[in-house]
Amino acid sequence: MRHILAKSLAPTDGIREYMAAQEKKSLLRFLTCGSVDDGKSTLIGRLLSDTKQIFEDQLAALERDSRKHGTTGDDIDFALLVDGLEAEREQGITIDVAYRFFATPKRKFIVADTPGHEQYTRNMATGASTADLAIVLIDARQGVLRQTRRHSIIASLLGIRHIVLAVNKIDLVDFDQAVFDRIVEDYRQFSHELGFQTIAPIPMSARYGDNVTSRSDKTAWYSGPTLIEHLETVSVDEAAVELPFRFPVQYVNRPNLDFRGFAGTIASGQVAQGDEVVVAKSGKASRVKRIVAHGGDLTQAVAGQAITLVLDDEVEVSRGNMLVSPAARPQVADQFAANIVWFDEAALLPGRSYILRTETDQTSATVTDLKYRVNVNDFAREAAKSLDMNEVGICNISTRAPIAFDTFADNRTTGAFILIDRITNATVGAGMILHTLRRAENIHWQSLDVGKRGRSDLKGQRPAVFWFTGLSGSGKSTIANLLEKKLFASGRHTYILDGDNVRHGLNRDLGFTDADRVENIRRVAEVAKLMADAGLIVIVSFISPFSAERRMARELMADGEFVEVFVDTPFEECARRDPKGLYARALNGEIKNFTGVDSPYEAPEKPEIHLKTLGKTAEEMVEALEHWLNERDIAEDQYEAGGGI
Amino acid sequence: MQGLDGTRERSQSMNIALTHLQRLEAESIHIFREVAASFSKPVMLYSVGKDSSVLMHLAMKAFYPAKPPFPFLHVDTTWKFREMIAFRDQMAQKLGFDLLVHVNEDGVRDGINPFDHGSNTHTHVMKTVALRQALDKYGFDAAFGGARRDEEKSRAKERIFSFRNAQHVWDPKNQRPEMWKIFNTRIAPGESIRVFPLSNWTELDIWQYILQENIPIVPLYFAKERPVVERDGMLIMKDDDRMQLRPGETVESRLVRFRTLGCYPLTGAIESDADTLEAIVGEMLTARTSERQGRLIDRDEAGSMEKKKREGYF
Repeated sequence: MRHILAKSLAPTDGIREYMAAQEKKSLLRFLTCGSVDDGKSTLIGRLLSDTKQIFEDQLAALERDSRKHGTTGDDIDFALLVDGLEAEREQGITIDVAYRFFATPKRKFIVADTPGHEQYTRNMATGASTADLAIVLIDARQGVLRQTRRHSIIASLLGIRHIVLAVNKIDLVDFDQAVFDRIVEDYRQFSHELGFQTIAPIPMSARYGDNVTSRSDKTAWYSGPTLIEHLETVSVDEAAVELPFRFPVQYVNRPNLDFRGFAGTIASGQVAQGDEVVVAKSGKASRVKRIVAHGGDLTQAVAGQAITLVLDDEVEVSRGNMLVSPAARPQVADQFAANIVWFDEAALLPGRSYILRTETDQTSATVTDLKYRVNVNDFAREAAKSLDMNEVGICNISTRAPIAFDTFADNRTTGAFILIDRITNATVGAGMILHTLRRAENIHWQSLDVGKRGRSDLKGQRPAVFWFTGLSGSGKSTIANLLEKKLFASGRHTYILDGDNVRHGLNRDLGFTDADRVENIRRVAEVAKLMADAGLIVIVSFISPFSAERRMARELMADGEFVEVFVDTPFEECARRDPKGLYARALNGEIKNFTGVDSPYEAPEKPEIHLKTLGKTAEEMVEALEHWLNERDIAEDQYEAGGGI
Repeated sequence: MQGLDGTRERSQSMNIALTHLQRLEAESIHIFREVAASFSKPVMLYSVGKDSSVLMHLAMKAFYPAKPPFPFLHVDTTWKFREMIAFRDQMAQKLGFDLLVHVNEDGVRDGINPFDHGSNTHTHVMKTVALRQALDKYGFDAAFGGARRDEEKSRAKERIFSFRNAQHVWDPKNQRPEMWKIFNTRIAPGESIRVFPLSNWTELDIWQYILQENIPIVPLYFAKERPVVERDGMLIMKDDDRMQLRPGETVESRLVRFRTLGCYPLTGAIESDADTLEAIVGEMLTARTSERQGRLIDRDEAGSMEKKKREGYF
């Protein structure tokens, strides 16, 4: 009967010994990848079956499914064992990564079966990110294909250093050594730049089991190990414990006033009670007082352990920071270069703001420069304006706040990040940090004794940045000029940053391409920020056509300081006024990239102040601006006096 | 003694390798902490079974010396084994956690039960709908579950942080990429994440961990003489009088235990004499059938787990 289990064969007192032996086994995490129909899922089914990991009821279900959906005639279709989603079984393809578990007497394995279709590359990357070895399958009849190359490049970028080149379906080419040798040579040629430490080519038939778990008598010319022999013995140790101590703080555990513990997982290295540690971002030093664990304090802990550290003194540390070895510190910077794999249907655009997330830290980030895209076929570096879904490129990244990191080559845990779309919250890309950019390196924040508050108090005002945006000729400069005159007359300290004037000096090297417009705004926003820090009321009068850059400027300023003023004059009216004669020339095609003509203007959706200029005088509009400023100052004073908001 | 890199040398540093269970434990604790740090209102789904016992043990470890900073929620179908309910209340008292119990009162009023309405309807109303009700009622934005990838083929496909839209729907064809241990915890209001700290544990790992850590589990897992009825090829324990015998059925006392626990009319016992944890592990090693074989609900139709999950089942 089916509900009867075999009686236990192992004597009870042997169980603990058995468990001790189990515990000593090492773990290998690997993935199967390669092009569609190269037999990835079939191979995993074969591995599970041959290592006796499939239970009788699962086998019975598999037989039923094979008759319904199978593609292997009367034989069991092992792919159905891992293609667990209905859509996958119906379409006969793998959409998402499946994780399976098996063990042999020598090792435990977690295998990620990943999809071959290009459109599901992000799911392949998901499987690869936690793997130490990749089995790259190749259909012996097809040889090295585009997806073979793409997957190999992604595996390499994600830090995988060990490859099994599984030349599958060798039965369909009559077990021909020449075919095998040619494919192996092709792959070695192609992959020599990818930095793999081992490449183990194995001729096999996943469907019939040749050289999977048992040696095939049809490939007498092959003298290497079977797949399972290789997986059981290949050494992939990364020895994270030998690297410098890195402890990204994940959670501050503060159940009462007497206990403040920093919880997290040791990313690399080791730590012992009494060790000196340094807070990565502030450079403050402290000592480990206790390593707290349920069931008693530890004297030391190593990479991979999830622990709680208590420090000797009350240094400031919060989630996102890192406790590190004083002798070998991570980098702390807000600008760095990284490899990016892009996942989203909406392309990566330089200048756009994304959420950047490391294991525990989060900040906003922009790609300041897309240096090049990598062609997955021949590694050619191609100039690109954007990265489309499944593309790979090298980018310069700028973050709003500095983050602590190592290069990905030095540390797979502290050198990686993901990018998240601010609107959809989708995970749109993965990044591997290459190096800090020189301009951020070695320049540390100087802490100054006189602050923004003191400087603005001396002037008897609160800083503000009025950011005028609108078409050329909409009236920005006129209104800005009048606003400054009136503020000046009332004793305020002000400054106007005018688009045309700044382009004669600070930004004289910039043109009017999209990339230069983004840089134009970035520089002006930074200058406005410095002036606000000096306590001034800054009036910025720039067309600033892209909402992403205006958002970037907004995020640079303190809360309540940024006032977006939309000077809203219809295009036809601006073209009619045409104070500088520019519209006439642009409409004649004499000026390229003119906003509103052949370059877009993205109107603000929620400006603080929306000035519809038609039928209004500059005086009326400036009154509205002054009113806003007075209201804000009154509200802030009340708030500070304890009146709330 | 100072080493060249300024840290003290440790003679044993080369010998430290984490065991398999230590690695699994650390990964799960990391996941617990990530949720506590990133979500405003998490909850742990507590189903009283062995996986829940392990999950609870890990939660206690993750936040020690504090208590887990979230409540535990049991969705009670009103058809659980009586010993499960007794165990649940005993654990809540012993560990002092905040236990919420939710029952779908609409289902109770309509008299939904597994005998008259079948496992499909019963599970949908008393588990899936009940769970959605509870999550909406309290406004939880993250919910821990004890599911493991080795349990079932659609679970093998699911992320550790599994996104649900405002209707609690799982879209298996469009899951967020999940890179390294960097989890995307960002959601819009009304959306939520189901979190599975035991994703990479196998059934054997669970038992070995229970044995190693001496974790309390419901006594139904241990072999004992129990009153059972043979029905539809399964041994169903007659846990109370609501189970009516069909013609030809008799209640027999047999030495049985349970490999998984759920609603008693839907959970098959196995004949076994394993009455210690060691004996259970020993039995596991020679098992030729999967644990879900004892679950009637998974056999309803092909892909039934995926369907239930898409509707909001854990």
